[in-house]
Amino acid sequence: MARDTKRRAPGRRSPWAAAALIGIGLLLTGGAYAGASAAMAATGETEVKSALTVEDGKKLFQANCATCHGLNLQGTESGPSLYGVGELAVEFQVATGRMPLQAQAPQAPQKPVQFTEEQILAMAAFVQETAPGPTFPSDETLDGEGDLAHGAELFRINCAMCHNVAGAGGALTEGKYAPALDKTSALHMYAAMVTGPQNMPVFSDMNLTTEDKRDIISSLLWQQETVSPGGFTLGSLGPVSEGLFIWIFGIGTLIAVTVWITAKSN
Amino acid sequence: MAHEEDPLEHERASWKPSPGLAVAVTDPVHTPEVPPHRERVTDKDPAAMKRAVRTVYTLFYLSVAASIWAVAAYMLFPIEDGSLVSVRDNNLFIGLGIALALLAIGIATIHWSKAIMSDKEFIEPRHATRGRDATRRAAYHAFEDANEESGFGRRTMIRNSLFAALVASVLPGLTLFRGLAPQDEDPVELLSHTMWTKGMRLARDPEGTPIRASEVTLGSAFHVIPEELASVSHEDGYLEAKAKAIVLLMRLLPEQLVPEENKMDWTYDGIVAYSKVCTHVGCPVALYEQQTHHLLCPCHQSQFDVSRGAAVIFGPAARPLPQLPIAVDDEGYLVAQSDFTEPVGPSFWERH
Amino acid sequence: MSTATHDTEHVTLEPAVHEDAEATRDKPLGGRFISGAANYIDERTSLSGFVKELGRKVFPDHWSFMLGEIALWSFVVVLLSGTFLTFFFQASMVPTHYTGAYLPMRGIEMSAALESTLRLSFDIRGGLLVRQIHHWAALVFVAGIGVHMLRVFFTGAFRKPRELNWVIGFILFILALGEGFTGYSLPDDLLSGNGLRIIDGMVKGIPLIGTWTSFLLFGGEFPGDQIVGRLYTLHILLLPAILVGLLVVHLMLMVINKHTQFAGPARTNSNVVGFPMMPIYMSKMGGFFFLTFGVIVLIASLFTINPIWAYGPYDPSPVSAGTQPDWYIGFADGALRLVPPGWEFVFLNHTWSFNILVPLVGLGLFIVLVLIYPFIEAWVTGDKRERHIAERPRNAATRTAIGAAGVTFYAVLWAAASSDIIATHFKLTMEGVIHALQALLIVGPVIAYFVTKRMCIALQKKDREILLHGFESGRIVRLPGGEYIEVHQPIDDYERWKLVDADAFEPLVVRPNSRGRIPWHQNVRAAVSRWFFEDRLAPLTQSDLDEAAAHQHHTLDHIADEEHAEIQGAHERAGVPDAPQVPIDDGRHGETANRPSNVIVPEPEDGKKAPKNREKDLGQ
Repeated sequence: MARDTKRRAPGRRSPWAAAALIGIGLLLTGGAYAGASAAMAATGETEVKSALTVEDGKKLFQANCATCHGLNLQGTESGPSLYGVGELAVEFQVATGRMPLQAQAPQAPQKPVQFTEEQILAMAAFVQETAPGPTFPSDETLDGEGDLAHGAELFRINCAMCHNVAGAGGALTEGKYAPALDKTSALHMYAAMVTGPQNMPVFSDMNLTTEDKRDIISSLLWQQETVSPGGFTLGSLGPVSEGLFIWIFGIGTLIAVTVWITAKSN
Repeated sequence: MAHEEDPLEHERASWKPSPGLAVAVTDPVHTPEVPPHRERVTDKDPAAMKRAVRTVYTLFYLSVAASIWAVAAYMLFPIEDGSLVSVRDNNLFIGLGIALALLAIGIATIHWSKAIMSDKEFIEPRHATRGRDATRRAAYHAFEDANEESGFGRRTMIRNSLFAALVASVLPGLTLFRGLAPQDEDPVELLSHTMWTKGMRLARDPEGTPIRASEVTLGSAFHVIPEELASVSHEDGYLEAKAKAIVLLMRLLPEQLVPEENKMDWTYDGIVAYSKVCTHVGCPVALYEQQTHHLLCPCHQSQFDVSRGAAVIFGPAARPLPQLPIAVDDEGYLVAQSDFTEPVGPSFWERH
Repeated sequence: MSTATHDTEHVTLEPAVHEDAEATRDKPLGGRFISGAANYIDERTSLSGFVKELGRKVFPDHWSFMLGEIALWSFVVVLLSGTFLTFFFQASMVPTHYTGAYLPMRGIEMSAALESTLRLSFDIRGGLLVRQIHHWAALVFVAGIGVHMLRVFFTGAFRKPRELNWVIGFILFILALGEGFTGYSLPDDLLSGNGLRIIDGMVKGIPLIGTWTSFLLFGGEFPGDQIVGRLYTLHILLLPAILVGLLVVHLMLMVINKHTQFAGPARTNSNVVGFPMMPIYMSKMGGFFFLTFGVIVLIASLFTINPIWAYGPYDPSPVSAGTQPDWYIGFADGALRLVPPGWEFVFLNHTWSFNILVPLVGLGLFIVLVLIYPFIEAWVTGDKRERHIAERPRNAATRTAIGAAGVTFYAVLWAAASSDIIATHFKLTMEGVIHALQALLIVGPVIAYFVTKRMCIALQKKDREILLHGFESGRIVRLPGGEYIEVHQPIDDYERWKLVDADAFEPLVVRPNSRGRIPWHQNVRAAVSRWFFEDRLAPLTQSDLDEAAAHQHHTLDHIADEEHAEIQGAHERAGVPDAPQVPIDDGRHGETANRPSNVIVPEPEDGKKAPKNREKDLGQ
């Protein structure tokens, strides 16, 4: 698109000036934002030293949760009371998206999270203050450095019958289910064991000690991170998926091969 | 339907198989001849034939390369201590090499047989499976002569006693297989009792640490074994005892236990203990739903209601889970009052 | 008929068929070594007779005839991979501790069986690959038997003289199930251990002998320390020996009876039309062996199967959600799951476990029915002739419908084994799934029977329609009177033969015997034959076909005449009365809707290339 080159009159801006100005502006504002959010992110995950306070948490609670759980956590016909559930349960339920519940169903499903982490922690703090219950664990419990073999053994005895040996999930009665654990965080594993959400039994520290829980969490985290040595796992559901796979792809391929073999050559 | 004439049927003159309910068509449809041979591309075009030949031997050589790769992979991807990634890589690359080698041979051979080898069709006559009359006569005579010479048919005493001897000779061998089962154990007796006795503490599976009543909180489920079991070694029958003694311990609110359907004096303040062995075919009934108080067995989906004495509410099980009578000893630990009052686990004939 | 010269230096082997090649060979076939070796062997084993019989034996060609080979070749893969495994596996339940590479199992007490399996998987190069090849191949093996059985059933290839081969094949199927079950129970892991627990529970429920049989099997109380060793003996010695023996008989009978073939040109009940064993079938079968092996190895390289390291050692206390047996045992597991609650009674001081007996007896009856089906059909038809033409399923409507009902029954039981996984994946209640399958178990086969039977008869009618009146060609012709008809393309002779029904039967008409009585079994046979053959099409005769063909030709000729007249008229009006009716294919100018004949296309001027798109270049 080169036209005859005209010499620019002195004093006129280059056509690139606007682009350069926008670019500099973007760099500056982006950099400032990144710096600010880095500063904010420097705070610990479980510290309540955020911009939101317990009061904010109360307001959030009243706006989003009180309809079912009552203004003072006493519960209503639509939702149980939250006395004694503690900040651990609140963080679990809200950070996995189970709460706020959208519809009555056999079980509260996981869905997109509705609140930011700060908001969740604020609500948790409010609930904890109003009626104390289980709190967050120490970092050591969640560090994933426990005894893998012991943890796996405890998992098989206490958890695998619902969640499956590989944590692929399983069926319960009347449309309920134990979810898959392949994407669950260490904190939420701990929280579920301690708070026993919905029909999951409660595994208090008198049943599974903190060390036991650390071992179980470690074995689950290890399983999440480790490559499957045999190849693609087909969902880790066992012989059902293996059988389905072999019929569809194995026999399917082989029958296609027989059709090819006996077809007349071109 | 044409008369299918076996060209050699005259040699089986005595054979006239009945067609049964088949309908004889008087004017059957005529059989056309083999259609004219349709030339393949490789028949018509020598360049195509050369291409096909090239494809075949290229694939065979590719297979050689793949086999060499598989051997190389065996050495290039050793299993490093503790590294699952190395296990995966080792098996993956050896496997892919072998797979390619085999598939290449297969594809090449099939391509050879389809495109290069002559595809002229041949016709071969069938013979009736039945032997020719002469052959059958010979066979008959063979048996006849043997019968005459041995007197097998005539001498019924010899024949019948032979059969009796042959049949009887098998019996000792069969009897020896009784040794598969222990000689001095009574299965009914063993099945009717478990390791639990009066005063034996309930303990956590698998550590064997005893459980206090105060440790069993509402909504929790403990997997329980007798305290003594934890010190039994595998050689001394740990698994056999465990297979009958496993128990699930749960706590409900006392008012949630329906009195008519529960033995309340076998419970302790809402804590109940039930055998974990399913009364259907013996899987562990381990799924406890704390809000519905239902126990679910994962094998065939039998469901038991803990608030109603573990009665069957769904699925193929027929009997409620046996309940372990529990109490608390003076240190606050949960103990069994006695063994189960009925055999645990799947039903058996002698159970009543 | 080999002619061996007595010159020991140049002994040539003649192929039996080509006697005229005698004088033309100056070099021995395959070279001196090969011919010498062949001679050596023949003089000691009479091998030439074998080669003469089988070397050029003709086998018919159809893809469905290769389904049995899926089973055969995958069995070879199972044998080869299994042999490798036996060098590493220890079939012992002696307790030991795992000290190998897989961390979550390290230090755990387990049987030597599981420990050796883990060691093979994680410490031996290629060990996990061979384990996975073995297990995937076993799944393919049983599936191959299944599809092969279905083919044989639906084409009636079990009729005389092949009834015995059906029985042998069925026993092979049961043996394969046994091999699979004993095989996956060997590692003594949690999943297969629970499977053994279930078997033990089922055995205990058998009246009279159950308790003692359970003690016999396990050498005492469950689980004992004997079962893995005993299953190993079954798995590598007894069952494979019987399997291989029966397999050899199965294949020999197939060779003696010769394979069935579908109807087609030159194919009759007393010949076989196809390709010879050497070289075609040898190559196809050999090639298929490598392809089957290759597909199995490919799957085993990419996909995990039976991750025993995740299940851990068998212990009566833990259990995994989603506890199912391998697919081929699924129908039995499903049968157990579908029993409603409470089917057990204490009567006369004994427990009668109908929740176990009904599935056992029901499945047993189903299996026996499948086993004896050829004999039932033979009794009904009374047909004692040899049948070598494979029927198209639609032509045996009742048999196909019965087969569909049987398959539906089996499929419902199979689906029931995964009721919990169906529930979680389709967001249903497991109770709903089980209730639906309970209903389907009764209703499904009935519906499948009726729908299939009607479909078969409809397809037969469609075939009849095509035979008599040809295919709809899509050409719509307007007759002078103004009506539109669609021209039917007659079917060619070779295709026609494929559609003609080989066998037709009619129901039995009972007649009193010499004593003026009608035996009860004759009445039963008449009733069953009515059920089988009441709905049928009358067989087609050659005169029917000739008549229809004549009518078709007449119509087609008539239409062709009218077409000719019209085109001629158009040409005359265009001033080219001598133009050809059919466009001359000069290889360059294709026919389009705008240019029906190339009479209008001028040749390209010299020096210029022929334009591709005439209309555009001519400015139209």
